[in-house]
Amino acid sequence: MSDQALGFDVASRRTGRDRAHARQAIGAPTSPAPALASPTLTRLPTGHGDAKTGGRRRFAAPRGLERLVGVVLLIALWQIAADVGWLRSDILAGPSVVVTAGADLWRNGTLPHSLVASVTRVAWGLGIGVPVGTVLALASGLSRTGDDLIDANVQMLRFVPIIALQPLLIVWLGVGETVKITMIVIGVAFPIYVNTSTAIKTLDPGYRELGEVVGLNRRQLVRRVVLPGALPGFLVGLRLAAAIAWLLLVFAETINATSGIGFMMARAQVFFQTDVIVVGLVTYAVLGLLTDGTVRFLERRLLRWQPGR
Amino acid sequence: MSVLAGAPANRDLGAPGTGLAVSARGVVRTFGDRAVLRGVDVELRPGEFVALLGRSGSGKTTFLRALAGLDRQVEGDIFVPAARSVVFQDPRLLPWATVLDNVVLGLAGGRRAAAAAGRAALAEVGLTGHEDDWPKTLSGGEAQRAALARALVRQPALLLLDEPFGALDALTRIRMHALVQQLHAHHAPAVLLVTHDVDEAILLADRALVLTDGAISLDVRVEVASPRLRRDPAFVDLRSRLLAELGVDEAAEGARALDGQASPPTHRDAPDPSPDRPSTDHPRTRSSR
Repeated sequence: MSDQALGFDVASRRTGRDRAHARQAIGAPTSPAPALASPTLTRLPTGHGDAKTGGRRRFAAPRGLERLVGVVLLIALWQIAADVGWLRSDILAGPSVVVTAGADLWRNGTLPHSLVASVTRVAWGLGIGVPVGTVLALASGLSRTGDDLIDANVQMLRFVPIIALQPLLIVWLGVGETVKITMIVIGVAFPIYVNTSTAIKTLDPGYRELGEVVGLNRRQLVRRVVLPGALPGFLVGLRLAAAIAWLLLVFAETINATSGIGFMMARAQVFFQTDVIVVGLVTYAVLGLLTDGTVRFLERRLLRWQPGR
Repeated sequence: MSVLAGAPANRDLGAPGTGLAVSARGVVRTFGDRAVLRGVDVELRPGEFVALLGRSGSGKTTFLRALAGLDRQVEGDIFVPAARSVVFQDPRLLPWATVLDNVVLGLAGGRRAAAAAGRAALAEVGLTGHEDDWPKTLSGGEAQRAALARALVRQPALLLLDEPFGALDALTRIRMHALVQQLHAHHAPAVLLVTHDVDEAILLADRALVLTDGAISLDVRVEVASPRLRRDPAFVDLRSRLLAELGVDEAAEGARALDGQASPPTHRDAPDPSPDRPSTDHPRTRSSR
């Protein structure tokens, strides 16, 4: 682009500078103007009034459906591999066999029975572990004494792998339901504690000050300011806790159990029933997804006030 | 330190019998070995609007926090009314509570009565229709107006404003000034406005104090006829005096500002003794150069 096109010719620029000098003479401000080279202009990509699809696509499927394409492809590939004999059924059963096995297991009552046993354990584990972690977090977040007594201990124990506690727990509690639930409780309490207590401790001190200015008593301060302020941290902890609960359940059920999904899978392992093992894996995955979905739903409901939700 | 809140019966009187809304004498505050306040004496009459000016770090916010009762380490004799409200520089609305719940936070009396008072206060600051909004959806000016409603709904005898317009854009600030004037005229609390904006102080206050080196160095009545206009000679004179007290040499600062600026001042709002002085719409930005 030439100077001419932009309307700056050399002569007019010079007169502009002369004018600036004139201004300086009467005390007006100026700085020596550098020569004005005209920059090269680039057109920025802009929309065409169709922001939703970007104006590129002719078909727009819902995003959720689009994401399923990869999963469907993978299953199709797996089915083909099983059909043409690349995958032996004692290594990995094909999808159709797995579906049949799942249906059989459902009809003969094995799967519902195992499902109830497993879900019950996780429910107990979360049902006890979440309150335990929350109460500890409140005690340590709300009082100096509580912090001194609890925090250092929890932060130290946090680095002990929970699975490594199993021998000791079996000595204490035997091999029944109690030990399985206890493992889940311990595993769940830590992420709840860490995230909730951190959220309480890092709450903007300005909010506490505000509570003081508007005359909240301690109970009101906790209920109106501290607890809702710690809620996002608690929910992060809850999501981690849900994942850990299923993880520990799998471990507890495959080591010593007489019921549950893990037991069903362990028994199938003895008979090389890879179809049953895959049914167990799929069940775990579905349960994990459902739990995560529940926590996400809770987040959306309880954190409506956060922008972008 | 003794913060004696007035009894409810004479809540307009900070120190009973003195006829004052604030009586602070010999206020001292040290942080480590640094004395920020070295004996501040301030009195406010009921309904009086006082601006407290000071350079940044002069301790004006420290003093306001002492009057708010937020500082337990301060020394001296401080008498304030029990009914007092604070508006901070940030709106400080709880993001998880609706605008209305924020306004009535901690308000005594039944829920219904509190809600009605809250709605009325929101209407007064022009936020009707935003009662159920989340604070994060408000603009900066709206959020600060909600904070003003939260302060007013408590019917304070003393309103402490800690640079409440500092974070707002210039146009919003002008509208907030008008709103504060209107609310002060209507509710007539004693107001202590902490600010570093000299024009803001002159526009709003009955009296201006300057805090220098931990003590009040200037206490001057603002005698500018209303409506207060920046071009009023009385306004200009007082501005010069306050700026000088704040250690800003207008002529020198003006010349320096002009050196750095390519364009001349676009408007002059006052008959000007020094021809080089630019517009003082924003003394804050100039003094920070």
